[in-house]
Amino acid sequence: MERVLFLGHTGENGELGRAALEALHAAAGLAEELGCAFDAGLVGADVQKAANNIGSCGASSFFAVSGVDFAEARYGSDVLAAEALCRKSGATIVIAAGTSRWMRVLAGAALRLGGRIDTHATALGAGQGAVSISRWYYRQRMEAQLSRAVRPWIIVLEPGSAPAWQGEEKAAALVDVPVEVTDAAKRTSFAGYRAPQASEQTIRPDAELLFVAGAGWTKKQADGNIHIEEASKLILDFMHKSNASLGSSKSLVDLQGEGQAVLPFLTHLNQIGQTGATPRHAKGFATCCHGEEPHVVGWRFINERRAVNTNPNCGWAQGKADVLYVADAFAVMAKVNELLS
Amino acid sequence: MSKGYHIVVCGGIVPDPLQRLEPVSTPSGPALRNEMMLPAVLDPWAASALYEAAALAKKMPESKVWLVAAGPKAKLQQVMMVTGQKVPFELVAIDAPAGGFTESFAVAGLLAAAIKSIPGLDYSRLLVFGGWESASRGAGSTLQAVGELLEISAQFQGVDELAVAEDGSFTVLERVEGGRHQVSKCSAAPAVLGWATGNLAEPPNNPQVGMANMRAIMPALQKAKAEKLSAEGLSFQHVALPAEQRETRIVKDTPVDVIANEIVDWLRGAN
Repeated sequence: MERVLFLGHTGENGELGRAALEALHAAAGLAEELGCAFDAGLVGADVQKAANNIGSCGASSFFAVSGVDFAEARYGSDVLAAEALCRKSGATIVIAAGTSRWMRVLAGAALRLGGRIDTHATALGAGQGAVSISRWYYRQRMEAQLSRAVRPWIIVLEPGSAPAWQGEEKAAALVDVPVEVTDAAKRTSFAGYRAPQASEQTIRPDAELLFVAGAGWTKKQADGNIHIEEASKLILDFMHKSNASLGSSKSLVDLQGEGQAVLPFLTHLNQIGQTGATPRHAKGFATCCHGEEPHVVGWRFINERRAVNTNPNCGWAQGKADVLYVADAFAVMAKVNELLS
Repeated sequence: MSKGYHIVVCGGIVPDPLQRLEPVSTPSGPALRNEMMLPAVLDPWAASALYEAAALAKKMPESKVWLVAAGPKAKLQQVMMVTGQKVPFELVAIDAPAGGFTESFAVAGLLAAAIKSIPGLDYSRLLVFGGWESASRGAGSTLQAVGELLEISAQFQGVDELAVAEDGSFTVLERVEGGRHQVSKCSAAPAVLGWATGNLAEPPNNPQVGMANMRAIMPALQKAKAEKLSAEGLSFQHVALPAEQRETRIVKDTPVDVIANEIVDWLRGAN
C-alpha cells in the first residue's frame, strides 16, 4: 500500500506559494486515486499559518520542521528537514513543487533515504494502481511516461502543471519533527536576495504574454548601424504597455562573447531556451529571433505563438509559430506601441 | 588564502543542440536514433562550469582543474578534441552510456568514485563544479548526489557567480524565483556548485592549451574503464516526440500598420 507525502516550504510571507498549492492538489488527487492516506510535511521558520491555510486538505497528519535554522533556503539544513519529514511520514511517494529551494535539496534527500527522484514532472497519475509520471527529456524535445519500483519515490512537480489546491482555512494540529542542525550543516548562511541591476523587474511569471527580444535587436539594421537606444526604448515601452514578461533568445555571456552589444535591462534570468528557462504563458511573441531549435525548446509550454522576423524561411516558419510576420520589428513595434497607448 | 582550490568539474556529453533528435526503443530502454552518429558537445551548463573553474584556478595560485566526464569513449574523444583547446584541465574519463534516459544516481556513483580515485585530491580545498542540469536528462539531481556521496553538505544550484574572499570564504549567487538571485556565504570548501550560465563566454581555441591537455587526455581515454549503469526499477511506458506541428501562417508583403493592428488585436484577445 502506498502512502503519499506532500512536502512544502513557506515563502517570505510565511505561507505556501502557488507552486506548493499545485503540488498539494496533485498529492491529494494521487492519494485519492490510490485510495491511500496522505500527510503534509512543512518546513519554515514558523509553519502554523501555512498549515492552517491548508488545514482542510484532508491530510492525515501535518508534520513540521520549523525554527530559525529553516527560515531560509540552505542545502545543509533543508536536506535534513526533508529527510526527517519523509522518515516520519513513512511515505512511499513524496510530492513537492519544483521551487528553487526544493530543487536544490530533494535529490540529496532521496539519496539519503535510499529512494529515487524525478524532477520537472508535468503530470502524474495512478492508472491501474501503478503510479506513473510524465516528464520531458532533452530540453523539452521529447516526452516520456515512466514509473518506478524503488521507494520512496520523490516526485518534483513542475510549477504550472496542476491546478492550485483551494479550500477552507482550518486549524491544523502540527506534529513537530525535531531536527538537529550541526555546525557542519550551517557552514552556509543566507545573505539576502539580489534583484537584477535593471531599472525594473521584467520577469513576470504570471503574465499572460511572453515577449522575447532576439539577438537581432542589437545587430546592424538596414542603414548599417546598430540602434541599441531605440531598441531599448521600443522594448521597454512595450513592456510597460503590455505587462508582458521579457525573455531573451541568447545568453548574455554568448552575446558578449560574440562582441555584440547587449540590451542593458537583460539579465541571465531573462534567457529562454536550451540554456535558459522554459516558462509557461498563454501567449508568446518573438521579435528579431530566428526561431532556431535551441531557442524554441524554451517555448514548449507557450500556447499561442507569433513572431516578427525579416526572414520568411526562419525557424518560426517551420511549424514553430502560429503566425510569422515578415517585417522589420523596429517599425512593427513602434506602431504596436502607438496602438497600445 | 595560501593555497588554491582543487576544482573537479563533472560534465557529460550531449548531442549538438542543432541536431534533430528522435527516440527509439532498445532492449535496454529508450535511446536516440543513431545516437552514436550524432555530433556531440560538452553539456552546455557543464561547459560554463569548466570555464568558471579555469578562470578561478587562474586567479588562485596552486589551484588545479580536473574534468571528470562520463560518456562512450569514442564520443568523449571527439568532444575533447574541441573542449581540450579551451582551458587547461586534466581529464578523468569514464567509458559509460551518456544518454538522457540513464539513471542519474547511477551516473553520480560513477562520478563520485572517479573523484575519490584522483591521486592527491585535497578535500579541504575541493570544489565540485558541474552544470545545474544537463541538456539531456535535465533533472538537476546528479551533482547533488555526487555531493552526498562525497559527504559535502555545502551545495549550491543555478549558480551564476562565485566570489572568493581573502579568508577563503566565498559568496555564491544562485538563481531563484522572480528573476532574482539568492546570495549565500559559505565559510570554506568543500562545496558543490551547479552552474547556470555564469559570467564567462566560451574561450577561443588555444592551440598551446590544446597540446598541453592532449598529452593527458589520450592516456586518460585509453585507461577509461567501461562501466554499466543500472536502472533498477525504472521503466518507461513510452517516449515520444511532441505531436504538435503548427500550421504556420506567413504574413509578408503587408504594410506595417496592418501587421501592427493584427498583433494588437491578438494581444487584446480579439483574434
